[in-house]
Amino acid sequence: MSSVATTTATRTRKGSTAAGRQLKWWQQLLFQALCLFIAATVLFPIMWIVSMSLDPRNIARPTELRLIPPGASLDAYRAVLDRPTANPVTFTELALNSLKLAGGVALFALLIGVSAAYAFSRFKFPGRQYMMIAVLAITVLPAVATIAPLFALLNGIRVSSSLLSIALLIAAALVIGFGLMIIVPALRTGTASGGTYAVGGVALLLSLALIYTAFAPAPGDVFVLRNSLLGVGIAMISGALPFAIWNLKGYLDTIPRELEEAAIIDGASPNQIFFQIVLPLAVPALAVTGFLSFAGGWTEFFLSWQFLTNPRDFTLAMALYNMTGQYAGSVPWSRFAAFSILVSLPVAIVYLLLQRYIVGGLTLGGVKG
Amino acid sequence: MAATNPGMATLKPRAARSPAGKAWRQMRTPLVYLIPAALIMALVTFYPLAFQVWMSFTDYGVIKEEGKQTLNRFGPDGQPPPNYRPAQNVGFKNYSDILTNEPRFVAKLGGTFNFWRLLGFNLWWTFSNVAFHVALGILIAVLLNVEGLWGRKIYRALYILPMVLPNIVIATVWRNMFDDQYGAINQLLGIFTGGPVNIRWFNQIEPPIPGVPLPLSYYAMLIANIWLGWPFMTIVATGALQSIPKEMYEAAAIDGATGSQQFWNITLPLLRPAMVPAAMVGIVTTFNLFHIIYFMSGGGPLGQTEIMVTQAFKLVNTQQLFGVAAAFSVIIALVLIPIFLITNRISRATESYDV
Repeated sequence: MSSVATTTATRTRKGSTAAGRQLKWWQQLLFQALCLFIAATVLFPIMWIVSMSLDPRNIARPTELRLIPPGASLDAYRAVLDRPTANPVTFTELALNSLKLAGGVALFALLIGVSAAYAFSRFKFPGRQYMMIAVLAITVLPAVATIAPLFALLNGIRVSSSLLSIALLIAAALVIGFGLMIIVPALRTGTASGGTYAVGGVALLLSLALIYTAFAPAPGDVFVLRNSLLGVGIAMISGALPFAIWNLKGYLDTIPRELEEAAIIDGASPNQIFFQIVLPLAVPALAVTGFLSFAGGWTEFFLSWQFLTNPRDFTLAMALYNMTGQYAGSVPWSRFAAFSILVSLPVAIVYLLLQRYIVGGLTLGGVKG
Repeated sequence: MAATNPGMATLKPRAARSPAGKAWRQMRTPLVYLIPAALIMALVTFYPLAFQVWMSFTDYGVIKEEGKQTLNRFGPDGQPPPNYRPAQNVGFKNYSDILTNEPRFVAKLGGTFNFWRLLGFNLWWTFSNVAFHVALGILIAVLLNVEGLWGRKIYRALYILPMVLPNIVIATVWRNMFDDQYGAINQLLGIFTGGPVNIRWFNQIEPPIPGVPLPLSYYAMLIANIWLGWPFMTIVATGALQSIPKEMYEAAAIDGATGSQQFWNITLPLLRPAMVPAAMVGIVTTFNLFHIIYFMSGGGPLGQTEIMVTQAFKLVNTQQLFGVAAAFSVIIALVLIPIFLITNRISRATESYDV
């Protein structure tokens, strides 16, 4: 962007009030002061939390404001990784639960959502407008507002563990079949691309996770769907799928159609176009949408808080809540600080890497009716 | 369905034999692509929503006065537990209880519930936040767009930080920053005033500005949410600013327009098409902003900073009045529908401006 600015700046004459000239020293000073002040407000909470987490005194409560701690130690991180809350679970177990939840929901929403997004983006058919409005309206509804029926319905689903295992294995078989349906024709015609392999890999991972869950030891004889990560995941799909459809549709709309039109003239079927042209082009969009769903699931709070009772299933967000406010009790704030940083870091890093695509997509979703 | 592609918008369908056949051929391919998502959404999205409407007309949940519950039909042994009874139809009672603040109902919720105050606060919360986000977002974007400003890239990279952190972490960190005893904000104020400051941000009931019925916790959360919200608006505004041709400013300068005239007559009108949809996204997001309220003030003091979604969650999580919560959620949807329609209308209206 600065290169654009300099090329146009060469055309502006000196002394014009337009942008594109040297700033006077007092203007530069004023603007720098403003920018530094804004930077200070942005950094203040982050500095506060980082310094508290590194404080070697391992403080219970900070009694003075000190943005740069004397010395540094990782004691708080060590303590938090070992046992963040009063419950006998380690950070790894909490993170694994959050990962399962967020990863599973994101993968599932992408896999199902992208084909619907393709239909909305590229086909004209009766009822298209109404269906799109229905999907968009759901994304506006707050997820909290559907918690009562989801709890009631999932709470009513109780099966014995063996029955559940069979159901999970059937689901895994379906996913594998779906993946083969995509990959085998592509391999046969020799047109397999990165996108095809990505779909195949995702299907493989998902089916492996299902098989793993099917053989994992169950807590009791009766399995209550509500009181499990699977149940929370299903409840999250309720909002994540429409979001994924809408977000992906926005991205697919921006992919130029010339390639597809050329393929139609060459006699390609809609399926070939979808798997061999659209999907590979949509990989960045899939990555961003998947990441946004993942970031939402990684810190999902109210569904897990309401649904889960077994500490083995608890997630990062639940532990964070346990360390704050009225529940904080005797948890030292240095640990709270270290824990928040550990929770934020993976999401923040990926966000910064994908930043350009994410921002483009967020504004896009708003603009296109 | 391999050889033809009847639904493709870019290709004309083959000569139609009958209107019904034409419609079917148009439908066939997109239908195949829609079916998986449609099935899943029917099952986990639309069916629960329909069930929610049914629930809102019943006393589903824990009925304390009878010592009964409708939630668990099967106990551990597979038999109905003794305190189980099926949910009963109560007609519009849940709705009327909420909308008229029926005293016995309010007492059940802790005595501080007032629907109309809640709705008013929720709308004001949304409006005040988004106004700050948009105004600050535009101003900072314009500041960062000044040519010749040193360190622009560094500032741009820094200013995005509030966006990349999870909301829940931001809310809990700000909750602790505003702590009355150990919080960083009070300590910072103490440095400036030279003495210990013990502002009870979340517990002081009297409004700090006399005559304005907003508790101190509202201002604390406003500060936190402004911190959280303006970078998004700045990014949107920066994108739009960079698409404004420099020649416009040059021409205006030749005509003798001052800096502020340029801002009001060129910059702002040309930012509008980008900012209006972004503000609409902001309005819907802020209206439903669960995390900041629930983790910072928890709706307090005395339920004065409760918003619709936190109240709906408490109805389920604390009071276990699922029927009432369902009615409440239906009301939330009814409040959001006009907002949604206006959003949809405005963003479509701006589409023609879009490059």
